[in-house]
Order: sequence, then structure tokens, then C-alpha cells
Amino acid sequence: MRHTISVLVENKPGVLARVAGLFSARGYNITSLAVSETLSHDISYMTIVVDAEDEKILEQIKKQLNKLIDIISVTDFIKKEHIERELLLLKINYSAKEKTKIEGILNKYLAKVIWHRDNLAIIEMVGGQEEIKQLLHNLDKFEIKELVRTGKLTMAT
Amino acid sequence: MTGAEIIIECLKREGVEAIFGYPGGNVLPLFDKLYDSDFKFILTRHEQGAAHAADGYARVTGKPGVCIATSGPGATNLTTGIANAYMDSIPLVAITGQVKSYVIGNDAFQEADVTGITRPITKHNYLVKEVKDLVRIFREAFHIASTGRPGPVVIDIPSDIQQQETEFVWVQNLEIRSYKPTYFGHPGQIKKAAKFISASKKPVIYAGGGIIISAASLELKELAEKIQTPVTTTLLGLGGFDEKHRLSLGMLGMHGTAYANHAIMDSDLIIAVGARFDDRVTGKLDAFAPHAKIIHIDIDPSSISKNVKVDIPIVGDCKNVLGQLIKEIKKPPDTQEWLKTIDSWKRKHPLIYKDGDKIKPQYVIEQISQATKGEAIITTEVGQNQMWAAQWYKYSHPRTFVSSGGLGTMGFGFPAAMGAKVGCPGKIVFDIAGDGSIQMNIQELATCVCNKINVKVAILNNGYLGMVRQWQELFYKKRYAHTCLHNPDFVKLAESFGAVGIRVTKKEEVRAAIDKALSIDNTVFIDFHIEPEENVFPMVPAGEAINRMIGGMA
Repeated sequence: MRHTISVLVENKPGVLARVAGLFSARGYNITSLAVSETLSHDISYMTIVVDAEDEKILEQIKKQLNKLIDIISVTDFIKKEHIERELLLLKINYSAKEKTKIEGILNKYLAKVIWHRDNLAIIEMVGGQEEIKQLLHNLDKFEIKELVRTGKLTMAT
Repeated sequence: MTGAEIIIECLKREGVEAIFGYPGGNVLPLFDKLYDSDFKFILTRHEQGAAHAADGYARVTGKPGVCIATSGPGATNLTTGIANAYMDSIPLVAITGQVKSYVIGNDAFQEADVTGITRPITKHNYLVKEVKDLVRIFREAFHIASTGRPGPVVIDIPSDIQQQETEFVWVQNLEIRSYKPTYFGHPGQIKKAAKFISASKKPVIYAGGGIIISAASLELKELAEKIQTPVTTTLLGLGGFDEKHRLSLGMLGMHGTAYANHAIMDSDLIIAVGARFDDRVTGKLDAFAPHAKIIHIDIDPSSISKNVKVDIPIVGDCKNVLGQLIKEIKKPPDTQEWLKTIDSWKRKHPLIYKDGDKIKPQYVIEQISQATKGEAIITTEVGQNQMWAAQWYKYSHPRTFVSSGGLGTMGFGFPAAMGAKVGCPGKIVFDIAGDGSIQMNIQELATCVCNKINVKVAILNNGYLGMVRQWQELFYKKRYAHTCLHNPDFVKLAESFGAVGIRVTKKEEVRAAIDKALSIDNTVFIDFHIEPEENVFPMVPAGEAINRMIGGMA
């Protein structure tokens, strides 16, 4: 099952390696990871998305995370109400004919063009993972040159 | 003060008395200040020896052990010792030199990413980037190493930081916001546990190293007597409960006593205290204690429900929680029938071996046990020697059995004995070794002789890597792939270092040799030529239920 785990940590060198090490030591792949400072600059917030093959092992990882000295708190959002958002940037190559069609799709998903030159545009979208998936599905007949995503951000409601 | 002077001052204020270490280029500024200090500094002959010695020192004194090594190879040589301490929850502060801070990451001479390498084998580690952080880091390191579930902490200090100057400002109140171990059990859980205990008919206490670490032996005895419940200990729990006590079942698990394993398998309630349900204890997990409810007391929440499903988890310090439980239990369970059953198992399946004309290792250990009246500190290497030492020496006091439990490090026992002797100079320290293990850190003979650290080493010499050979005999059709050893002359070897060597080839010479070794004011190697193919029994084959033991049954 896919879990979204947030971790409040001391904003210090090496902390990310400690956190990542607990996953990698058990052969777990981190699906996405977002890290940034919080209101206080000495605390960082990590959002980790991971597919647990074995819930018991994930439970163990969470306990081990809690044990790390630099970790302040660990939250698993699987049974917690929360908001999820992700930022997507994609570079698309389009012809004049396609322009209106693409604009229609972008409007539907509240995505926007934030840069363009000739037939090349960079599109930005903020949304939940499902909406982003739909946008990408709608755009897959166009020529997408490049795509980057931030990984999921979460906040408990 | 310079960084090096600050380190010395911090070590003094933390109450450090003995330090084990080895110098090198990137710890020279620190060693220059050690030269003027009052610490008992023990120069080992290998950094691994320093780490194990500090570990042994910590195990017998309860105080954090301290070791120092230089950068690169010095630090990597410490790592086995650090991993060993980590697995067995031993407080250790390892100080390593590092290349100058401005060349870190440039593949400088003797550079290794020590915080990277030791991250998964330390409770915490530090790379010191600024000299003004030293005091706080040392305060935190000693605090973290010795509180909660103890463990090793590494402080990696670039040589230029050791030379830089700053004002010494002691950190009075230490505050680590993210590190707050739970010391007392939740009252609700204690109540539930007490109810379970009162209602049980066949309870067993399964006590681990946590009993020793939290100094809970008295509470353990009080609880066991109050609820008339037998106690089995893990390897690291040996000494936590007097083996001469009527309620003692000795050790459980792969080479545990038959009656301990039967008691666990038949019990209706297991009270696990400071133990972690290691695979050497549980055997086949699905078949482990099928009728038992489990109460698990441990200071480390990540130990609970890791291997077995626990009915009542209690996070807290063993000593405190046992105290809480003793108070809470109003009605002790009626265990008379249960104790009778256990007594019959004890009579039917005692721990035995077949004595003969040749020297049996079990006999040697029994003789050491008698000669030292069970009052010595016993350290072990890893393998058959370790299991025989666990089975046949009778332990009565905590902190008298020093063994590499979790990591199973061959070469641990001898340097650990050295550290133990430095920590408890008034005690007899005996390393029970195999002819394979002893050669893994044999260079420490020089350390013992030069520093007059008088330890005794019983080499159970069977010319094999005995435990591996035993598995080959039982599970690999006696194909002894690379387990036969061609050994040096241990007597001459000891003598060449300035120690004393005694060879024993006849059974009737065993006791006299032990007595002689004890009377000599020097390190003594006793080379016991034992029955070469003697096995450790009983034994639970790996992956079997723990009541499916082979061998050693009367």
C-alpha cells in the first residue's frame, strides 16, 4: 500500500541521509520526496511517499525514524485527513493548430503557461496527484519534451 | 583553549578515566594534549582492539567506554567494534580524527567518510565543523550514548578543528528536543499486565540484556519470587538472574537448556523484559510459544512487535517498569503445578555432556567456574567457546558475562577482557576463547603485557573453527570446507610477547593449570587441547521450533 509520511527534522547536514538510509537498508524505494524549511529555519519538513510491500516493515521503519536523534516527529497520513499537492512543470512543443486545444485542456486543470518561445512552452500545474495524472493523460498526444515534479506535499487538515 | 584542549576538558568533566586508542596523523593535536593529561591511556595494537576494549570496559562498569583513532584506516578499523557495541546496546564514545576541514571530500591522504560509514551502526554521530561546537557535541554524545537504549556515538574531528582556538564555555543544561526516552511504563498498561499475570497459570519471565543495562536484577528477583515465576535469560541477560536460584531456567534459545525452551513453548504468558526476540531465541517464529500471551517491556519502542506480535507493550526502563509491576500485582498467580512440571523437565532433561578421558571443553569451563567460585568476569569469543561458556559457567551477578551477542564478532573476547580488567582491576577476568577467535586480535597480548593488564585466556583448542565445523558435520555432510586450522604454538607465542603460556593435554592437568594461571601476576594463555569434534548441545537447528532440540538429552 502507498503511504505518505511526513517527518519533522532538525535542519542539519546528514539528516536526509539518515532518513533515506532507513529505507534503502531494507531495499525500499522512495517514490517521492519533498524537503524544505518550515516557519523556523532550524526545522525542516520532509514528505516521503513510499510503497510498502510489507506493512510490518514499514511500521519498523517508522519506529526507527522516530528513534533517530535528529527527528522531531513522524506522521503517517494513511489514516489521517490531509491535503496533498504537487507542482508539475512540463515543456511542450506544439504547432499553431494545436494551440487552442492545449489552452482548453490547461484551463480545465487550472494549469498555465509560464514561459514560451516560438512553439515551445513551459506549463505549470499545481494539483493533487490524480488531477496531474489526468492532465498528463490529456496531453499525451502532444509532444512533451521534458517533465519534472516536486513530489507530494502534505498538510494535515 | 585549542580544540584538543577542549576535548580533554570535556572528557574530564564527563568523568572519563580510561581511554583506549591508537595515534595517527590526523589526531596528533589531540594526542599531544593527551600526553599531559591524567587519563589512563591504553595504547592497543590495533584500533579494533581499542573499540572492543572500550566496549568491555563499558559492559563491566556501566560507564561509557571511550576510544580514539585517527582518520581513514584508523576509523575504519574501529567500525567492527562500533557495530558490535551498537548491536548489544553498549555506551561507547568513539573519537576519530579527520582530514583538515577544508580538504574533506577531496580524497586527501587517510580520508574516509566516517560519519557516512558509521551512520547505520551508531546511535548518533557528528562531524565537527566548528571548534565552538565541540563542548555541546561532547555533552550530547555522552548523554546520548549512555541514556535511553544505550549505544555508540562517533565524533569525527578534523585536525584543523583540534588546533583552532576558542573560549571554553561549558554547556550546563543539555536540551535535545527530539530525544526524550520514556523511562516509566504507562500506568494503564501496567494495570493490564498485572491482570494478565494474576490470571496466568504458566507464566515465564524472559529476561535480556536490558536487565543488566538498567541494573534491574534486584527488581527481577523480587518480581519472580513474588509471582513464583521461572526466569530464563538470553545470552546477554546472563548474570541478571542468579543461576543457582530455584526459579532459574538458565539460557533459552538455540543452545539454551531444554527446560527453558519447553517452558517457553508451553507457557501461557511470556513476560519479556529488556529482550528483543532475536532469531537465535525464537527459532521458527510461527511456532514460537503458540499458547502464550506476551507482555513486552523495553525502553526501545522499535524493539516491540518487531519479530513477534505483542499483547501488552510497555515502553520504559526495565528497572522502573518492574518496580511499577511489583507494586501493581495484588494477586500472584497460582503456579505450583507449573513449577512442578518445570522441575520434572529439569530432572528429565538436565544440561549434560559425556565426560571421557580426553579434555572436554565443558569440563574446562566447569573447572574455571569452580576455581573462581563463579565470581570472575567471563568474556568470550564467538562460536562454540561462547556457547559452552554460557552453558557451563554459573553466573550469579550482573556485569560478569561479557560476550558479543548481536553481531557475533570473533576476536571480541580478548580485547574486551582487557577493557574489563582496566574497568574492574580487582576482579579476575577470564577470556574463554577458541583457537580460531583468539587469533583475530592476538596482537593485544602486547597491550596486556606492556600495561600489566593481567587477564587469563582459556583457549579451547580443537584445531577447528568449531561452530562452523559443527554445522558442516550436521548439515553439510561432514564436508569440512576450510574449517580445519593449523595453529601456532600458543605457549611459545604467549612467551614471545612476555606473557605466560601453559599447555594442557591431559584431563587431570586441567584444574592445576587453571589454579597456576590464577596465581601468576601476568597475562596467561592456557592452551587446552580439547576433544576436537565435541559439539555444542542441545541445539535447535536454524529455522526449527525451539522445542525441537537435538543432542545433549539425558
